[in-house]
Amino acid sequence: MRYLPLTADDRRAMLAVIGVGSVDDLYVDVPAAARRAGLVDLPAHQGEIEVERAFQAFARANVAPGAVPSFLGAGAYRHHIPASVDALIQRGEFLTSYTPYQPEIAQGTLQALFEFQTMVAMITGMDVANASMYDGASAAAEAVLMANRITRRRRAVLSGGLHPHYRATIVTYARWGDFVIDALPPDPLAREDVASAIDGETACVVVQYPGFFGQLRDLRAIAEAAHAAGALLVVVVTEIVALGLVETPGAMGADIVVGEGQSIGVPLSFGGPYLGLFATREKFVRQMPGRLAGATVDADGRPGYVLTLSTREQHIRREKATSNICTNSGLCALAFTIHLTLLGEAGFARLGRLNHEAACTLVDRVAALPGVEVLNDSFFNEITVRLPKPAAPVVDTLADLGVLGGVPVSRLYPGDPALAPLMLLAATELTTDADMAALVAALRQVL
Amino acid sequence: MTVTGHRGLDHEEPLSFDLDAPGRTGVDLPAPKGGPDQLGGLGRAHTHSLPGLSEPQVVRHFTRLSQRNYAIDAGLYPLGSCTMKHNPRLNERVARFAGLGDLHPLQPARTVQGALRLIDTLAHWLKTLCAMPAVALSPAAGAHGELCGLMTIRAAHDARGEARQRVLVPESAHGTNPATAALCGYTVDAIPATVRGRIDLAALKAKIDGSVAGLMLTNPNTCGLFEDEVLEAARLVHDAGAYFYADGANFNAIVGRVRPGDLGVDAMHINLHKTFSTPHGGGGPGSGPVVLSAALAPYAPLPWVVHDAGGFRLVENDGKALGRIRAFHGQMGMFIRALAYMMSHGADGLRQVAEDAVLGANYIKARLAAVLDPAFAGPCMHECLFDDDALKGTGVTTLDIAKALIDEGFHPMTVYFPLVVHGAMLIEPTETESKATLDEFCDAIIALVRRAKEGGQEAWFHEAPRLGPRRRLDETTAARRPVLRWRPPAPATAAE
Amino acid sequence: MAVRKFTRDHEWINLDGDVGTVGITDHAQEQLGDVVFVELPAVGKVVTKGGEAAVVESVKAASEVYAPLDGTVVAVNEALAAEPATVNADPFGAGWFMKIRVADRAAFDALMDEPAYRKFVAEGA
Repeated sequence: MRYLPLTADDRRAMLAVIGVGSVDDLYVDVPAAARRAGLVDLPAHQGEIEVERAFQAFARANVAPGAVPSFLGAGAYRHHIPASVDALIQRGEFLTSYTPYQPEIAQGTLQALFEFQTMVAMITGMDVANASMYDGASAAAEAVLMANRITRRRRAVLSGGLHPHYRATIVTYARWGDFVIDALPPDPLAREDVASAIDGETACVVVQYPGFFGQLRDLRAIAEAAHAAGALLVVVVTEIVALGLVETPGAMGADIVVGEGQSIGVPLSFGGPYLGLFATREKFVRQMPGRLAGATVDADGRPGYVLTLSTREQHIRREKATSNICTNSGLCALAFTIHLTLLGEAGFARLGRLNHEAACTLVDRVAALPGVEVLNDSFFNEITVRLPKPAAPVVDTLADLGVLGGVPVSRLYPGDPALAPLMLLAATELTTDADMAALVAALRQVL
Repeated sequence: MTVTGHRGLDHEEPLSFDLDAPGRTGVDLPAPKGGPDQLGGLGRAHTHSLPGLSEPQVVRHFTRLSQRNYAIDAGLYPLGSCTMKHNPRLNERVARFAGLGDLHPLQPARTVQGALRLIDTLAHWLKTLCAMPAVALSPAAGAHGELCGLMTIRAAHDARGEARQRVLVPESAHGTNPATAALCGYTVDAIPATVRGRIDLAALKAKIDGSVAGLMLTNPNTCGLFEDEVLEAARLVHDAGAYFYADGANFNAIVGRVRPGDLGVDAMHINLHKTFSTPHGGGGPGSGPVVLSAALAPYAPLPWVVHDAGGFRLVENDGKALGRIRAFHGQMGMFIRALAYMMSHGADGLRQVAEDAVLGANYIKARLAAVLDPAFAGPCMHECLFDDDALKGTGVTTLDIAKALIDEGFHPMTVYFPLVVHGAMLIEPTETESKATLDEFCDAIIALVRRAKEGGQEAWFHEAPRLGPRRRLDETTAARRPVLRWRPPAPATAAE
Repeated sequence: MAVRKFTRDHEWINLDGDVGTVGITDHAQEQLGDVVFVELPAVGKVVTKGGEAAVVESVKAASEVYAPLDGTVVAVNEALAAEPATVNADPFGAGWFMKIRVADRAAFDALMDEPAYRKFVAEGA
């Protein structure tokens, strides 16, 4: 077996040093009823050739979004990842290192995390960010718990423009925590009145920006209403590339910004692993979940980095910790950092502009289709269209025609007939004119 | 000291922000067309102050940073309870195949039949290795798996109309166990360990009653020992109408040899980034699938994969289910790597994995017993635990030994955990180390402990490490005056 | 000179009229190591003897500070926010945590005096 260095001679010699006759003697503490003599009923070992062949077969049975025109979004976006990002994260010193518990020999990871935290704080317009969470949805749930700790209030108001999976995740996390979650109804036109839903028991308001249905809205009025009532504004960003182009949540009064960082440097990978972003104001830092890297000096006075403010965390505070999170999304955070460093200020702004321009073109194309209505009057790179028939079967038929159309809203909001004809369509810097022409042609055929 | 501050291959590297030249970029994107926008008046007015670097600068920056990291590729990484084993590169390759690494989570099911079959295959391997009927694949890491497992338990109690308030957790447990129980609204009741380093069954008996929702037990436990009375513990738990949650962090010791389903387990998370070798990546991503008993399976979180006449599909809505614990289906990238690892080993290889891991730990335990005191008698599982009795009176601490090991070219073992052992040193070699490496490591520890015992060596040890990229770092100042980000220098207001 | 009394959880208190100043003992700060953060209660908070009143943190540990007596918090040592190291440097002086208004003088008298506390520490508590 190619991954096991011990030889039969080694094993014999080691057993002799231990002073037992066989490895079975090392398992004597296992109750006899639970000891298994034979092998479990699974195939035997295989070489690289066979394993690679098996995964080629898995891969061949899928349609890759890169191989056909694709307009899928709804919280996960296909973007270009520069070649050097993947090359650098595959360096063994990054890929095969552990959480940086011994800072003297983990400065690479720690400095990269410090740069990551800085960049997340910069693009969200906040003071501080942590070293990552599992994904945007779990980060949003943690933000609600944090707002509850800070305000000592029990109620969270969720905007109807919040991604339904994020809403569901918050509801699950809050289920046994003595919280009240008030989720406003789905709001494709961004016309809901969030401010009037805030009361004296409200810990936080959770608003997505750009919204799940693609719309952009100024958050300043909501921030003012929340703050006037002593509540916090939590802003969720599921398409982080938007922050290359639009005003930051921090500048509009957000107290906590959480997001999905997948769009920068992390492949789609069928939904995971992704990258939860979490940023807040300086004054709330001790209520933050997750790890934090901080700057310091070593015994010789040279600059260096350590994990810090650890007393918030589970390994010290146990049941009083701010979160139970331990392992997070370290390598995805590194990929994000490398990609954003490559882009820089100029590249990030241009990337945002290209996404928006692609979406503007897409709007022009689909709005010209008879019976298709674009609902948004503002957007970044994703829009909602109303089709003349239910969207889910349309999307299936589009797939048969070789186009990965949009996401039918009914997949995330089942059972609401008003939403059944709605479809989300996203365009990115990878969307070509030919892709859009193929979508329009296929839609003409289906509708 | 050199002129540059570099020392041979060890390069000093500033923050990327200090390499900035405004306007420079490392990605050539097409020029925008420049038409009117439809941003609702929310175009960004301010700069983010992101740094401008070219591609060669970025590659060099992160290459230099990488060289300041220890890694399993470079040497033994004997962190107890972390299972730092070799990460096969085949797994990296297949995870990047077109048609696997680039799938969108919301594609129509008909376009992802291969991906769903892959997930179903992984589930089959995990269920078979654990002798459990179901597995929830959503959790993103071990602690997320614990959360999923305990929430599933709570949902099952709720469905029976039972309001139980307490979860029993051994004193030696990972901090994630009590933190998770608290998140589920349970109060945590600690169970002491016996002098044998196992759960105190008498204490369990005394504490268990109808108010207990479950027992969280790591097995093999955090002392590196198999809980030999686990069947009796499971019986007590079940007799009280409670569930048995097993923390599977240490599954590497028993995979292919002992099936958790045969131990009375109702739920157990498996760290794919430990036992099944998905790379730890400097702190994740991980993956923490939870195997479930038939009683708990209906309360698993959404979504899950089913197979019927129409092929594979995802169940994304179900009234009984727990709900979602994350946005999408699970850590697909980790599923691919873990399945490639399992298929490479097969049933025969996985059993050998457990046996070699246990053999290696017992070998280290036997060799180091010459200078250190094993915390508990008898064979250990895949990790061996020592206390700091041997260092008493030397002025040298467990931490000093750990830091001195860095100069010897090793990553230190886990120190000061579990808390139930004074000055704990928890060593887990894993099965992917050669005997020569184990011997080199043992020789280094033996020499260091002998040096400590000579007396008068405190200062020498306190100075360690001397040879790493950095010496000991000032964690006190870091915590007293937290500097958690770089900030652009304030614009000069007046000429000096 | 006010008399200083001690608890088994290593807090100290001395009374000036009905207001008691509370801190942690020299032994406690030594056990804890470098103090990096102190979380103080809000002024006006009602505390109960043995109940959690503050938290003191080192790099790798967090410990609750318990109220030595029933009372109401009337002042907290704001200076500790900027200089937590004062707890290490001067635990019985500038490193005080809070002042509480105490109703029950008899309960104060019942706490350990200094010789009793020294003996308690020496016995390895």
